Amino acid sequence: MNFTLSRNASHTSDHRPPRLRLWSVMLWLLVWQLGSQALGQEILLVSPVSVLVRLSSLIRTFPFWESIGFSLARISLGFLLAAFWGTLFAALAARFARFQDLLTPLILAIKATPVASFIILALIWIPSRNLSVFISFLMVFPVMYSNVLGGIQTTSRELLEMAQVFALPAGRTIRYIYISQILPFFRSACTIGLGLCWKSGIAAEVIGIPDGSIGEKLYNAKIFLNTPDLFAWTLVIVMVSLCFEKLVLRILDTCVRYLERM
Amino acid sequence: MAIVLEKLCKAYGNHGVLTDFSAVVPEGKVTAIMAPSGQGKTTLLRILMGLETPDSGKISGLSGKKFSAVFQENRLCDNLSPVSNIRLVAPEQKRSQIIAAMEGVLLADCFHQPVRELSGGMRRRVAILRALLADYDILFLDEPFKGLDDKTRQVVIRDAKLRSTGKTVFLITHDPWEAQIMEACQILTLR
Repeated sequence: MNFTLSRNASHTSDHRPPRLRLWSVMLWLLVWQLGSQALGQEILLVSPVSVLVRLSSLIRTFPFWESIGFSLARISLGFLLAAFWGTLFAALAARFARFQDLLTPLILAIKATPVASFIILALIWIPSRNLSVFISFLMVFPVMYSNVLGGIQTTSRELLEMAQVFALPAGRTIRYIYISQILPFFRSACTIGLGLCWKSGIAAEVIGIPDGSIGEKLYNAKIFLNTPDLFAWTLVIVMVSLCFEKLVLRILDTCVRYLERM
Repeated sequence: MAIVLEKLCKAYGNHGVLTDFSAVVPEGKVTAIMAPSGQGKTTLLRILMGLETPDSGKISGLSGKKFSAVFQENRLCDNLSPVSNIRLVAPEQKRSQIIAAMEGVLLADCFHQPVRELSGGMRRRVAILRALLADYDILFLDEPFKGLDDKTRQVVIRDAKLRSTGKTVFLITHDPWEAQIMEACQILTLR
């Protein structure tokens, strides 16, 4: 899978961006409700109403928030570490060709290997409590690295020459030329990475079953065939993941506005 | 101190762009460079700016000098406003000074708009003003007034002359009128 954003593609496309419409969501919820009623067995397909009822009882308990805190802290740590190291390694790879050569097989191997293999392997080395940090890091790192490297490599040569002629200090060149050119790539990597880190992090928790995690709750729901719990927790993961994505992108945009201020 | 170019040669593959080009460029004056397209005018400027290395030949009188330039392309940071683009290379300039200078070249009401939203002519004027407001000893102008309408060109060229008085200026142009208005002390022709 190639996650690198093409700069041209972002400019030439005139398609309408996907929008979440209330009527569309309501329609699918209705289909779900009717499907559940038609089947008549909540264990096979729970109804959206039952999920909401279960969720409303869950949110009134302390362990619910504790589990969210547990998973959120670890998965977001994995994401932040991947964003930092992915960016740093991309900068080093852009500067030193041998470093890029050295990393290429590693990045390709991480991209090609199924996440379950990494989880099972890492479980031997890492305590299950911290497994989701490592796995989300591992899944997001190649995305960050590839995108940021792509951004650096396509940084406008013309602007860099302009900086050279005007003898701009390195700090200004990085802040106003490199960052602004790399930013669309970094932002795209964040959007992809934020989705990936939650999917992989929760998968790690379901396999590692650390106490008090969202993954443990999903595992228990599966063991006890508790479909309302399974759906309720899945809904929670989606909501937390979306909120986390919005928050990170908002922070990123605020940082950009600050950086581009002169 | 004059800038001395001695027997500069530059070729791309088998295509020789500059062959034994020599000239003496007086300090604090405007030197126009005129030649048909493809004769190495931009290559010469790029060599002088340190963006290219000549295959052979010698240049003296450039070391320690501060450069400023208007390139053939605008080379602006698209996300930044005109004021920010100018302050990027001229941080010592106050916002009020930049705004006054922009009004002087008929650039009003776009001070804080990202330059990507400006018209081609407006962007060109921002690029010219950026070069003129930077702190420099030598100014390189590569067809700077191309693409401006006659009225704007007259205003901008006079502003450029005023702001570059006493500085060493290299001006690439196809228009003898521009060389005249800029009071070029000599015209170098490339063969």
